[in-house]
Amino acid sequence: MLATLLSQRFIRNQYFFFAGYVILQYVILATAWNILGGYTGYVNFGTSAFFALGAYSAAILINKLGVSHFLALVVAGGLVSGLLGLGIGYLTLRLRGVFFSIATLALAVVLQTAIINWDYVGGARGIYVLRPKEAPFFGHYVEFLFIMMVLLSLVSVGVAWWIENSWVGRGLAAIRDNEEAAECMGVPILKLKLFATTVSGILMGVAGAPFPYYITYLEPSSAFNLDYAVNSLAMPMIGGTTTWIGPVIGAVLLGTAQQLATVTISSHLNLLLVGVILVAFVVLAPEGIVGLAQRLRRRKLS
Amino acid sequence: MGSKFMELLLNAVKDGLLLGGFYGAISVGLTISFGLLDVVNIAHPIFIILGSYIAYVLNSTWGVDPLLAGLLPAPLFYWLGVAVYRVYYRSFERRGEESLRGLVFFFGILFLIEVSLIITYGVDYRLVSAGYIGRSLDLGGLSFAYRLLVPFLAGSLLTLALFLFLTRSFYGKAIMGVSQDRFALQLMGADPVKIKTIAFGLSIATTSLAGALLIIIGPVEPSVGRVYIGRVFAVVVLGGMGSVGGTLVAAIIVGVAESLTSIFVGPAWSEAVSFALLLLALAVRPSGLFGR
Amino acid sequence: MKHTGKFWFGGWALAVWFVAASLLAGFPTAAQAAEKPIKIGFSMALTGGLAAGGKAALLAMQIWAEDVNKKGGLLGRPVELVFYDDQTKPANVPTIYTKLLDVDKVDFVVSPYGTNMTAPAMPIVMERKLTFISLFALAINEKFNYPYYFGSMPTGPKPYDDWSTGFFEVAAAQNPKPRTVALVGADAEYPVNALTGARKNIQKHGFRIVYDKRYPPATTDYTPIARAIKAVNPDIVYVASYPPDTVGMIKASKEVNLKPKIFGGGMVGLQFTPIQQNLGVALNGIVNYHTWVPEPTLMFPGIGDFFKKYKPRAVAEKLDPLGYYLPPLAYAYLEVLAQAIEATKSLDQKMVGEYIRKTEFSTIAGKIKFATNGEWAKSRMLMTQFQNIKSGDLEEFSKPGKMVVLSPEEFKSGKLIYPFQGWK
Repeated sequence: MLATLLSQRFIRNQYFFFAGYVILQYVILATAWNILGGYTGYVNFGTSAFFALGAYSAAILINKLGVSHFLALVVAGGLVSGLLGLGIGYLTLRLRGVFFSIATLALAVVLQTAIINWDYVGGARGIYVLRPKEAPFFGHYVEFLFIMMVLLSLVSVGVAWWIENSWVGRGLAAIRDNEEAAECMGVPILKLKLFATTVSGILMGVAGAPFPYYITYLEPSSAFNLDYAVNSLAMPMIGGTTTWIGPVIGAVLLGTAQQLATVTISSHLNLLLVGVILVAFVVLAPEGIVGLAQRLRRRKLS
Repeated sequence: MGSKFMELLLNAVKDGLLLGGFYGAISVGLTISFGLLDVVNIAHPIFIILGSYIAYVLNSTWGVDPLLAGLLPAPLFYWLGVAVYRVYYRSFERRGEESLRGLVFFFGILFLIEVSLIITYGVDYRLVSAGYIGRSLDLGGLSFAYRLLVPFLAGSLLTLALFLFLTRSFYGKAIMGVSQDRFALQLMGADPVKIKTIAFGLSIATTSLAGALLIIIGPVEPSVGRVYIGRVFAVVVLGGMGSVGGTLVAAIIVGVAESLTSIFVGPAWSEAVSFALLLLALAVRPSGLFGR
Repeated sequence: MKHTGKFWFGGWALAVWFVAASLLAGFPTAAQAAEKPIKIGFSMALTGGLAAGGKAALLAMQIWAEDVNKKGGLLGRPVELVFYDDQTKPANVPTIYTKLLDVDKVDFVVSPYGTNMTAPAMPIVMERKLTFISLFALAINEKFNYPYYFGSMPTGPKPYDDWSTGFFEVAAAQNPKPRTVALVGADAEYPVNALTGARKNIQKHGFRIVYDKRYPPATTDYTPIARAIKAVNPDIVYVASYPPDTVGMIKASKEVNLKPKIFGGGMVGLQFTPIQQNLGVALNGIVNYHTWVPEPTLMFPGIGDFFKKYKPRAVAEKLDPLGYYLPPLAYAYLEVLAQAIEATKSLDQKMVGEYIRKTEFSTIAGKIKFATNGEWAKSRMLMTQFQNIKSGDLEEFSKPGKMVVLSPEEFKSGKLIYPFQGWK
């Protein structure tokens, strides 16, 4: 990975950094989604709301408050989306999982309407964010963004890995498998669910925070694009939802495929493919690629 | 000033009522699939859009009246629903893993159908034409646009028909039964899986007509369905899952609330109204107005 | 045991990543050609919300490339268009444009279609100091102030205002002068901007605003809105809308019999044939903007030939068969680039850019000269009124006299029918 990075800097090919940014963004989103989805069993359809909130928080900081220090943006984006996660969790997690999912759908719509009507952030007109040309010792700013995304992805994956292997992860798995039984056994389900929603929200906001600098023009319909919801759901499903590496595999494979398709066959067929693969995996291979690989290995051993 | 306000108010309520009848038509299928069968079919709105497109094709190629264009394909939609349910049942319900994967499955279906429509028809808005679209009926000082009146009447009839079916016919009662006590149903000699398959097929069949009604009201393009996801779930939950009559009442409440919001607060927020109502209902009375 | 399994996966993942990275980085493109072509690169909305316009624009651009190559190419070399579908997703633009520039190594880039799509390309273009002509991006350069940006939208130096200038000028010229205005529009980028400009024009002419609201773009029913507007009885109704709401507003206004003295303004969609056909006679009397109509005052040299080539191909590709709105400008903006390249005999961005800044060009869309901010020096946003529509047939709209030009003065082709006669 480092080798490719260094060689790229000498070739001065920016395309790699731009495309790579998007793929890493999905690594974070898929990992974040999976903490609530794969580990806990609650499906979030409103990824775009969390992502957009992270992006808009960063945009406000950059444009209105003059803060451009990268870390500040990430923290702000994460915090705001985390709060959103906490809020929506508090409102709906006492009810059945299905209602949580519908509420996340509703959330995306309501939030988008609110942003469209909020002239402070440009409303429907959107907000222009001027990107600095250079960053301290990384040269071109987009290369800097790319490297930051690499770091953020490692952090997200690290968080997921920690959760998975700790008592929190075991609690979440218990909730996923049988919530009522878990409650009877004394698992603090509400606290754990709120924890999962909040952490998931934080990471999605973190994924969104650098976005204004990447795209330089933020407006509601692209920030709230359904692609984020579909991909952050499809990638863990395809990769495998029970472990941290599933979302990473899904994000890298699907993300790369999409990037390549954009500059080759380039059409809606590319989206259709995502849908078909998603349904196929959900029906035929519910454990995702990770699951398939495990099954193969078991067969080889026996 | 007072009389102008009254006129606006009356018209808002009237338009909301008409709209509500339409919302009932599009939600009543979900009342069956989600309310009675507990299948979270979030793809329901995209089946409606599919119905709209088929109505569009029939209308624009052969001049078939939109209402007829909604009724004729209903059997096809029924079989489509049956097929979808069979896959769903075999992959998920039987294994007891409905929640996560079932939801994602329907989401995938939603996505697939939407993208297929986009590939086939593009994203241009499609409309239908009929003699009555664009004209209004004037009754007692109020004018009723046929464009809204016809879907209202058709929607109410559909709801009534379903209500009678569910409460009077054998299969209908079996469907009501399977949602409450599948064991008792088995004792009666009816196969619960078969009953559920029929019910789900029926719920998709309704989307054929609902789609035709939708495209009578206004232009349709594939992503229009997304706005309706929240509305139909709000209506079904508010109405009390599984109560057809409750669905109609809830639909009218949502319709009127949206209409009033649109005129007095501003159209920007009327979409969010149904979601707000949904969240309110879930917080205060999750079993809905007429829930069991 | 578990750990080695994970490492095995890690290895796999890295391998996949590496392959992907190499593919992305050194993506091979077809590069042969005996005579090395001049490559013009761009992304176009071939799918997604702006696809109808995007595909029409692409067709016009391809016709342009063929015309140029038939005449021997540019500077003796053939011209090649290199493009990708951006799916009307702004997030795709940065990756597409960096690929065009770094991997495909195009000589010039032009913009995607639409403001939202063009904005993400600006920083890339600016930092490499490229000359950049845009297709229908509204007032983008206001934020960037980039000297080598040129817009092909026929609004003048103040785009937001110019969108509605003609409309309100025509209104103000009537006798007796109308007094009150109702403003309504969708909650989206273009309508919000158009309404902002409208308010300025309204202030200039001393009209009074009696209704000023926005609605969500996916509204199903416009009757409450039309009703609310009717309740305040305005003289003028200005609507800034996208195609679905354009249709919705017109149908709803007809149903509640909203009858101001002037109706229309900034309704997108009334320029598209399928919508014109659907609305038919209901269009009569509506005053709306357009970029080109088949009136005798607008018959620029070359435009007739262009449409002769465009029409059969548009029909074959299932696009808008008349194509008055976008295609002439899509053709013209490439004409500007080509003429500048020929005149300076170079592909140097700065030389070409400087030439474009100072020159007046003759294109199939008329004479074009740019102001210092890159917009057109003079607004050519047409205000037209639908008149004498009898059946709403396709052929009707291709004849003169149905979309009469009221403004600007130099292209005027008829008289305004005032006040609005009501809905048919």
